[in-house]
Amino acid sequence: MKDLISHINKVFESRIRLGIMSVLMVNESYDFNSLKETLNVTDGNLASHLKALEEKGMIKVNKQFIGRKPNTSYSATETGISEFRHHLKALEKLIREQ
Amino acid sequence: MKNDSNSIEDIRAIRKIMEESTRFLSLSGLSGIFAGLTAIAGALFAWFFILDNGSIHYDEYFRNLPEKETISLRWKLIADALAVLLLSVLFSFYFSVKKAKKESKNLWTPVSRRLLINFLIPLVAGGIFVIALLVRNQIQFIVPSFLIFYGLALVSAGKFTFGEVFYLGILEIITGLAAAFVPGWGLSFWIIGFGILHIVYGLAMYRKYEA
Repeated sequence: MKDLISHINKVFESRIRLGIMSVLMVNESYDFNSLKETLNVTDGNLASHLKALEEKGMIKVNKQFIGRKPNTSYSATETGISEFRHHLKALEKLIREQ
Repeated sequence: MKNDSNSIEDIRAIRKIMEESTRFLSLSGLSGIFAGLTAIAGALFAWFFILDNGSIHYDEYFRNLPEKETISLRWKLIADALAVLLLSVLFSFYFSVKKAKKESKNLWTPVSRRLLINFLIPLVAGGIFVIALLVRNQIQFIVPSFLIFYGLALVSAGKFTFGEVFYLGILEIITGLAAAFVPGWGLSFWIIGFGILHIVYGLAMYRKYEA
């Protein structure tokens, strides 16, 4: 049991962070506004979770200009992808051993 | 530490988000039904009013006529086909907006953009090719080309919406290829491909996901 829990990554322990990672696992990149709509969260809330994931090296930020409008998009890093896979496996195992 | 029922909910939420962020699910089966009905109406209109109850065979006979004699007929057929296309697109847009609203989802997302681009590339290529056929007087290949390119558009868009769209595309391609080998039956293949297939698809989708 102890080993199991160690794979449950604290970084992902929030519905919003799980949501962000889920989107970025299956999409090459996703922009801020679309993430906001998909996950149905407020600007501030999303921004703080994105910041946290970025600081842990799970996602990377790409800032671009489309015309004169800034456009920020996010993508998962390799670390992020493998960490999230581990996290998913641990979750599934937890459920199975119930 | 989370408890187990939370883990189950987490996994469920993850699956849902992964699916919703890669597939556009606001397409309604009703669009298929209406597109099919419009296509059949268009074909019947062409048969009774443009082709004079079928007494005008637009295939071989048509080809051998000097262009001047057939030009008004051609324009009428093109206008008819365009009207069918326009009505179908408007209907499916309307039903998608309605379905998205009902499920309080957004219509304009990265997925719907990808869906549209992947749908439009084969379709626009097909449209231009059909214009070439018309200009080069290859009338008999117009309906097969419509069906084949439309099928290809559905196959390429199918990755970004319900998987059934992919199979509808395959069936349209098969119908189009069959039409290419059977001269003189363009209108019937049009009714099968754009009419009947759409209606069957629409009914199946509506019953499976919306009823």
